[in-house]
Amino acid sequence: MSSRTLYDKVWDAHCVRQLPTGQDQVFIGLHLIHEVTTPQAFSALREAGLSVAYPHRTVATMDHIVPTSSHVRPFVDAQAEAMAAALEQHVKDFGISFFHSPQTNQGIVHVLGPEMGLTQPGMTIACGDSHTSTHGALGALAFGIGSTEVQHVLQTQTLSLNRLKVRKISINGVLPPGVYPKDVILAIIQQLGVAGGLGYAYEYAGDVVSAMGIEGRLTVCNMSIEGGARIGYVNPDATTMAYLKDRPFSPKGEAWDRAVSYWQEVASDASAMYDSEVVINGSELEPMVTWGITPGQSVGVSGYMPLVEALPIEQQAVARDAYRYMKWVPGQPVKGTKIEVAFIGSCTNSRLSDLQVAAHVMANRRVHPSVKALVVPGSFAVKKAAEELGLDEVFRRAGAEWREPGCSMCLAMNPDRLVGDQVCASTSNRNFMGRQGSPTGRTLLMSPAMVAAAAIEGQVVDCREMVS
Amino acid sequence: MIIQGMAVPIPGDDIDTDRIVPARFLKELTFEHMGSYLFYDLRYDEWGGRCSHPLNDPAYAHATVMLVGANFGCGSSREHAAQAIQRAGFKAVVGVSFSEIFSSNCQSIGVPVVLLTPDDARRLMAHVTASPHDKLTLDLTTMTLSCEMGPIAINMPASRRQAFLTGHWDGLGLLMSNPDEVKAVANRLPYIQWGYG
Repeated sequence: MSSRTLYDKVWDAHCVRQLPTGQDQVFIGLHLIHEVTTPQAFSALREAGLSVAYPHRTVATMDHIVPTSSHVRPFVDAQAEAMAAALEQHVKDFGISFFHSPQTNQGIVHVLGPEMGLTQPGMTIACGDSHTSTHGALGALAFGIGSTEVQHVLQTQTLSLNRLKVRKISINGVLPPGVYPKDVILAIIQQLGVAGGLGYAYEYAGDVVSAMGIEGRLTVCNMSIEGGARIGYVNPDATTMAYLKDRPFSPKGEAWDRAVSYWQEVASDASAMYDSEVVINGSELEPMVTWGITPGQSVGVSGYMPLVEALPIEQQAVARDAYRYMKWVPGQPVKGTKIEVAFIGSCTNSRLSDLQVAAHVMANRRVHPSVKALVVPGSFAVKKAAEELGLDEVFRRAGAEWREPGCSMCLAMNPDRLVGDQVCASTSNRNFMGRQGSPTGRTLLMSPAMVAAAAIEGQVVDCREMVS
Repeated sequence: MIIQGMAVPIPGDDIDTDRIVPARFLKELTFEHMGSYLFYDLRYDEWGGRCSHPLNDPAYAHATVMLVGANFGCGSSREHAAQAIQRAGFKAVVGVSFSEIFSSNCQSIGVPVVLLTPDDARRLMAHVTASPHDKLTLDLTTMTLSCEMGPIAINMPASRRQAFLTGHWDGLGLLMSNPDEVKAVANRLPYIQWGYG
């Protein structure tokens, strides 16, 4: 009787050997690359006169530096253009598949992988991007790496890694109306802390996760890294199989049947042993809003920003840093906080279901005159699907901008960025100091429904009061 | 393995890699200039004027050990953060805890990331602030940090420590040495067999 987790099974199947250091050499099933963290790795490869060991296991797209007003080349920003040109040259010379146009699809790497069926259960997936944890939603072990490690994968298709512990987080009950996967993960990080997951992979389970669609699971797994966990995953189930069926790169015919049996096998056994277990009551959650400079500094929308002295002693210094930067008064209600920018997008919340929820809130309403609102689909496939449903028209009529796919205002490596100390209601994943491109810009992380509601009212409001 | 040098204290927990190197500097194709971008938005105001920051303090101008708090290097996987620290002249980072990806990135380029208890970190931070010129000695064989305060026990995950002690911190040589074994594992994986439909 086996009692192993998905983590154990997938790790063991991919482990080549234990290295003399005690680290494991692990085979990487899918290597996703983008323009920002790879040029250094390809240069090293060229200098050594080497080739890519498994070019068909690496897939490229472009997302971080792409302007979302227009993808037309050359890009106005000479540095961005050089970065794009370098990636094009590398993928051409090394024979790597490249998704780079509306026809082939292009988009945020963590939106593209799952929707193309490249991401599959039981795989190991690495990418030079911390939000690679996203792909765990389909039952893969997926994690972010640095550029030297990108070079290791290109050259050997393996990495030297430390085995992580596994924490099972069960979210039980039923999410109340107006509470979304984004609120679930913000609540988890708020409870376990931004360093709580150091050394762990998070396995998400429980009634709420079982009932959640794949796009919601992608949102939850995406922010595992914000809780300190390099990996987050959900065991593959019927929802996973239904999602993967007939995707462009999903196995077909007889291979599909073999795939399904492998995917069922890799799921954690009912008797699996965990290093840690946490249970959260999903029925008690409410829409969450961050008030500080880490994704763990959040409160329910009906709550108040905490008094510093009421926090555990080890959280007080960072809370003081946060208040100094954000310029709020401790104890003030989070509701009513004025915003100037609303951003709906990023690898956390730019999928069709996210845009549908936002459009539902914004339909037949107008964005507040003092707010600039930006809606950025995660990929060309998402954009097309949204336009077929007329969501672009809903956003435009409301006064929001409908953009081309890309990372956009999540991280400010492209023209979309905050100015001065603007306050932005954002569906992205990080409220770090300066994250959205202005060294004094302020970010409030929320669900797409909450950001849409804030855009309409010009301030933080409870999205549940705006939809029936 | 022994590392010696003066230390600069960078107080605060949860210091993310966006703070260590702001994203706009990631548009460069090489790591060459990263050292000059270290903590850029905290060291310089919007007109390029110097702000008050330990890295702008002449007392720490010759520091080669960075002393930090908990969850240092959280957030983005950008190796630029580790590269910036190394290229600004630092040989080791000592702190309470580190993000996993940041630790990996530091290991890849040969910068040991060493752990202290929160109490020892607090005491050492106070000591270095009062005596910026005291030289620290980090010994990864005995796992002790020595300075005028006396010896302090340090910690490191066993395999990372072993990687430094054996000179295999950049694992590439090891990873390249067994292509047949790698191929055998790949061939056993069902999804490699069915390929991408």
